[in-house]
Amino acid sequence: MITHTKFRQLKDKGFFILICLLMSLGALPLVSILFELIRKGYKQLNIAFFTETAPSTLDAMLAAGTGDVIPGGIANGIIGTLIMVSLASAVAIPIGIMIGIYLAEKPTAIFSNIVRFVADLMQGVPSIVIGIISYAWIVCSFQSYSALAGAFALSLMMAPLIIRSTEETLKMLPPSLKEAGLALGASYTSVVLKILLPAAFGGLFTGILLSISRVTGETAPIMLTALGSSMITVDVMRPMSAVPLLIWEFYNDPNLMDMIWSCSLFLLMLILTLNIIAKFIAHRWKIQ
Amino acid sequence: MENTVNNNMIDTLITSNNVRTPLIVEDAILTFKDVCVSYAPGKNAIESVNAAVEKGKITAIMGPSGCGKSTLLRAVNRMHELYDYIKVTGEILLNDQDVLKMNAMEVRRNAGMVFQRPNPFPNMSIFDNVLAGYSLNGIKLPKAEREALVEQSLRNVVLWDEVKDLLNKKGSFLSGGQQQRLCIARAIALKPEVLLMDEPTSALDPIATNHIEELLLTLKKEFSIVIVTHNMSQAARISDNSMFMYMGELIEYDRTNTMFTNPACQKTEEYLTGRFG
Repeated sequence: MITHTKFRQLKDKGFFILICLLMSLGALPLVSILFELIRKGYKQLNIAFFTETAPSTLDAMLAAGTGDVIPGGIANGIIGTLIMVSLASAVAIPIGIMIGIYLAEKPTAIFSNIVRFVADLMQGVPSIVIGIISYAWIVCSFQSYSALAGAFALSLMMAPLIIRSTEETLKMLPPSLKEAGLALGASYTSVVLKILLPAAFGGLFTGILLSISRVTGETAPIMLTALGSSMITVDVMRPMSAVPLLIWEFYNDPNLMDMIWSCSLFLLMLILTLNIIAKFIAHRWKIQ
Repeated sequence: MENTVNNNMIDTLITSNNVRTPLIVEDAILTFKDVCVSYAPGKNAIESVNAAVEKGKITAIMGPSGCGKSTLLRAVNRMHELYDYIKVTGEILLNDQDVLKMNAMEVRRNAGMVFQRPNPFPNMSIFDNVLAGYSLNGIKLPKAEREALVEQSLRNVVLWDEVKDLLNKKGSFLSGGQQQRLCIARAIALKPEVLLMDEPTSALDPIATNHIEELLLTLKKEFSIVIVTHNMSQAARISDNSMFMYMGELIEYDRTNTMFTNPACQKTEEYLTGRFG
């Protein structure tokens, strides 16, 4: 009997070690990517990187000749990404949350099932297809590449994520919460706005942050809609650059190779930060 | 074999002829007239209940699980409307007005409800929880009045001394019994005419239960209370009048003393002596 127990304990330990090994194997890619990016990209990260526009080939070539770091930065991309993601959020967040509320409140309605199905399909649409659609609808009708078209494409990608995360979060709330609000004579609207949404805040915010971090790294739809720009611009009707787009542009210019790494490092850090904040908020405001 | 058949026949006789003893009350706050509730078409979960609830008293509704006691209670403040497959028919008069014809929000303001599990609003402080009935209804009170109301409501539920320094903290860190008292405070802050309690102590330990029971005895001076309970001794301890329900029907309704000492129906007696339920 005792030997039997010992054997089981041993098996237990072996299983635990196996899990630990597999887990570290899974974490290996992220760690090695991060390490590679830091190793190759850290020397370009200076103040100019955040304040100046992308360098020209000639500047980069001259700098490479003397062994200096490449002058210039990615300010045009950072500002472009900021503007387009903010615009997309301004559209996708309210719409996504409202549709999410509807889905959670009327889970079995035929219309809900259709919307849920469409939202799930939308999540699977390749981003380049969304870029093409935005090109056809916005760029063609305005006769110009624009940040607006880019924001439109991004919002199409964000909305389904927010819809589903809102729905899932609201479904996790105990039904007694809604009943308690209504039992006090509150209207349906005030129960949703003053009780359900605040109680679900953590989940909603996490969903929003994850959707932002998802579209921040999108390149294909931006390429077909905002096109890119070498200047810092805030005019949303004009072409605009974005951080992932700059990576693609740097990739096409052999003299700017170093910039790829620092740009990628910046993008990865940005998205990692958003994800960590999302995790923190989900933990801090988790539904009891 | 023959014996079982006989027993079954007796059962049927009792439920079909249910020997109701409709308690005549002089001052009724709540009157049920032919109230039926159905969860599915053609199948009633509550079968024509007729009864009058006395003002300023505690009325207990008891019966085995699934007998429809909570269903009957939730018909009063129209909670069934949240689920469109539930249908309520008949008349429920609250102060001579049919609640089924009134505006649902108005009904719910006049009939406060306390649920089985304590459910303070997790996003609100204790202070805001007590005033939730007002803030959710868009009623703005002057600061002094708000503070007085919070203090009075919390004193009423004997929670004031425990939380007076923590009013701005969230209610979720309180113990289960304290949370339930907070929920009662939230319900009585709106000064309802009747307080509906759906097994308010079933999720609490004996000490917290004791607190709530004592509290109900003091609260009945101001509010009429209808309490659903599966706990017979609780009904015996605190209620003035008792209803016994079985299979969706009101079998017996009488003074609690009479019912516990000399029940009129055999079913009631069987339940009270613990032969089923």
